[in-house]
Formats: sequence, structure tokens, C-alpha cells
Amino acid sequence: MADIVLETRGLCKRFGPIEVLRGIDLQVRAGERIAIIGGSGSGKSTLLRCLNFMETPSEGEVLLDGVPIGAPRRHRDGRVTTAYSPAALCRVRQRVGMVFQQFNLFPHMTVIENVMEGLRTVKRLPRAEARGKALAQLHRVGLAEKLDAYPARLSGGQQQRVAIARALAMEPEVMLFDEPTSSLDPELVGEVLRSIRTLAEDGTTMLLVTHELGFAFHVATRVIFLADGVFHETGTPDAVLRHPQRERTRAFLASHAEFTF
Amino acid sequence: MAYEWDFAIVLENLPVLLRGLGVMLQLWLSALAFGLAAGFVIALGRMAAAAPLRLLARCYVELFRNTPALIQLIWFYYAFPIVIGVQLTPFAAAVIGLSLNTSAYAAEIFRGGMQAVPRGQWEGASALGMTHAAVLRRVVLPQVLRLMLPAFTNRAIELAKTTSLASVLAVQELMYQGRLLSATYYRPMEILTTVALIYFMVIWPGSLLSAWLERRLARHG
Repeated sequence: MADIVLETRGLCKRFGPIEVLRGIDLQVRAGERIAIIGGSGSGKSTLLRCLNFMETPSEGEVLLDGVPIGAPRRHRDGRVTTAYSPAALCRVRQRVGMVFQQFNLFPHMTVIENVMEGLRTVKRLPRAEARGKALAQLHRVGLAEKLDAYPARLSGGQQQRVAIARALAMEPEVMLFDEPTSSLDPELVGEVLRSIRTLAEDGTTMLLVTHELGFAFHVATRVIFLADGVFHETGTPDAVLRHPQRERTRAFLASHAEFTF
Repeated sequence: MAYEWDFAIVLENLPVLLRGLGVMLQLWLSALAFGLAAGFVIALGRMAAAAPLRLLARCYVELFRNTPALIQLIWFYYAFPIVIGVQLTPFAAAVIGLSLNTSAYAAEIFRGGMQAVPRGQWEGASALGMTHAAVLRRVVLPQVLRLMLPAFTNRAIELAKTTSLASVLAVQELMYQGRLLSATYYRPMEILTTVALIYFMVIWPGSLLSAWLERRLARHG
């Protein structure tokens, strides 16, 4: 069995009095494609965002290649929390890429500049090398002819594919997709899903928060149904999506009845 | 009896006024440069994670925005030396006063601009592994400098006119020379009208330049 790349132990996240994640234990093996589904407010985006520290976990650990991220800090009252240095988080984020619902492309940079930015600023690659890598990723998502366009000139689907290329260019070990098609017009969803499917076929390790259950069924190796901040039901796509064991999973799937496998 | 305009006096003393203009430009540009730089730092303080830092920056801004610039200049010339024990030249006191005054306004412009950048931009950049400083330099500032340009232009124009207050510290800038010549020749109408014209000719191109820059930068909205 492949090595565990990314792991959480007892991950909790609170926003004020609200407990969004309540003790998540997750192991992601190399090459796995995990679809996280669940209703709104179930904590699925928060879970994803804790994995690259867009949100700071309130409790618990995140381990990358078996190494815990952050340093334990013992308080006077005996409590132990984890302190995360900005530098450590920058290193984690280079290895765990993220694609957002709202794309978050840099509007003042062209397509190729967007994809080169991390390579130049973070990895400090020479311009020619960064350009080469950026080009390769833009080819992969089928946007090699839009290099010098600004994001505002692209459709939502094209913008999201640029965002995917931008994250891929950093050559992360794990890719996180946070509802990558939720803000797209229906006719643009397909092109983005096709790009993600290409990555899946290349063996990219990925976690995907999505409402596209059909896509999850075909692409994921494992599906997690999250409810009230805990894993309510997990298993193969067939087990969770076709033969759900628990009532709550069934109710959720029934409310998404329009999807077809 | 109609007033008889006599601009011969002005022409004779034009070199004096131009010397004043030179000093005015030095005051203006140095206060603008220092003010913007300090304003940026104070804006970072206004948005800092540490609450005491935020409070300190806020007090600074409110203090300078809610007191007359004239008093600030006078204070830096007469009172500040007592505090630090070093006598400042009138020019240095004027530059410090004008810079700090400008920095308070500039801080608010920077802060407003940076807060106008959607959170997604911070997230998109930091998700690539960029440091806080890199996100500011590469992603946030390039986007907001454009948004802030009109506000900075207004500030720069205000500052250009505020430099005339330095005349009360006997800094020999344009207004000071104008008042001196008026008192010497009893021709304030001609002399001050000319002084106003000189201010206009210096400041107006600045507005034009900024409008041009704004149009250029807006192309990739």
C-alpha cells in the first residue's frame, strides 16, 4: 500500500462558539482521489482549508509525509497547542496546492504571468525555466493559446483552468480543489471537470470538495460524507453513493437526486 | 479711482520668486516622499495583528488629521527641539511637520486601498507559498496603487499648497518670498497674483500627469 502523504489527527476547528470540525482523522495515500461531500455548513470546505492552513486548526495535528506541521507550545496551565510559523506554512503550501471556488487569479497579470508567479517569487526559478514549466501546465489544461490574455478576458471555465495550471506548476504532492465548479455557469463545468479528470488519470493525489456527485463517482477512489463536522460515512464511491448505509447519507443523496452516474 | 496694475516690479524680482519656487519644490517633494513611505508603514500598523500596535497607529493618524497643519509646523520648530534637545533648521522642521502630516493621510489611503483587495487575492497568493511580504509586493500593491492614485493625487496637491505654511517658520519658499516682496514694494496684488499663478503652473501639470497615469493603468481593469 502506498505511503501516507497527508494525515490529520483529531483535527478540530472552531469559529467562536461554533464547532465546525470535531475531531477529523484522515489519511491520504499517494495517488488517492478523495471526494468530500456534504451539505452546506457541514465543514467540508473548512476541512480542506485546514490542510493548507488557509484556516488554522483549533486543535489536532496535520502531518505531511509523517512529519507534524508546526511546533508544540506548552502553556502555563498545562495545555499544549500548536504554533505555526509563517515560514513553515509557506513550505507546506508549496507542497499542498489549492484551487478555489472563486479562482483567485491575479487580475493585473496575464495568464502566463499568473502561472509563472509562484515559480518566480517562491521557487525563484530563472525566467526561462519558469516560463517553460508554466507553458507545460497551460498545455495540460488546454489553454496554451491564451498566454497573454488577462483573466478578465477569459470565461469562468478558462479562468479556473488557469488557476489549476497555476497550482500544478508548483508541482505539489497533493492538490486541494475547493468546490472548483460551484461558481461556474453550467455549460462551463464540463471543461473544468475534464481538466481535473486528466490530472486524476496522471495519478495526481487530490482531495476534492464538490457537489458534482456524478463526477465524484467516476473519478474518486474514496468518498467521504461529512456531516456536523465528523466523517458520517466513508468508503468507495459505489459504497457511499450507490449503497449508503446511513439514513443521513441517503437523505443527502436524495436531495441531490437529479444527478446520474 | 481705478487701481493701476504694475507688473514691472514682479518682473524685476522674478529671480527671487523662482528661488522661492525651488525651495517650495524641495519641501513638496521631500515631504511627499517621506510622507508616503511613513504612511505605508503606519498603514501596516493599522492592520497589524497586535492590538497595541493598531491602537498606536490609530492615535497617530487621528492626532495628525484632527489638528491644524499650521500648529503642527510651529510645534515641530519651537516645541520639538525642547523635547529632543536639538535645534532644527526651519527647513528641517517644515519637512518633518509636512511629512508626518502627509503620512497620516497617506496611511488611511493605503489602508483603504489594501482592504479593498478581495481576501481571495491574499488566499490565492499565499496558497502558492508566497510570504506575507511577497503577497503585498507582487499581488496587493500593484492592484491597489491604481485605485489609490486619485486619492494620492489629491493629497499631493493639498500638500503642495500646504507647503506655503512653512513661510511662518521663515523657510524661504515661494509664499515667504511673495510676502516679503509685497511688504517691501507695497504691491501685494501684482506679487501675490503672480505667486498664485506660479503655484498653479507647478501643481496643475501634476494633476494632468496623474490623470494620464490613471488612464494608462486602467487599461487592464
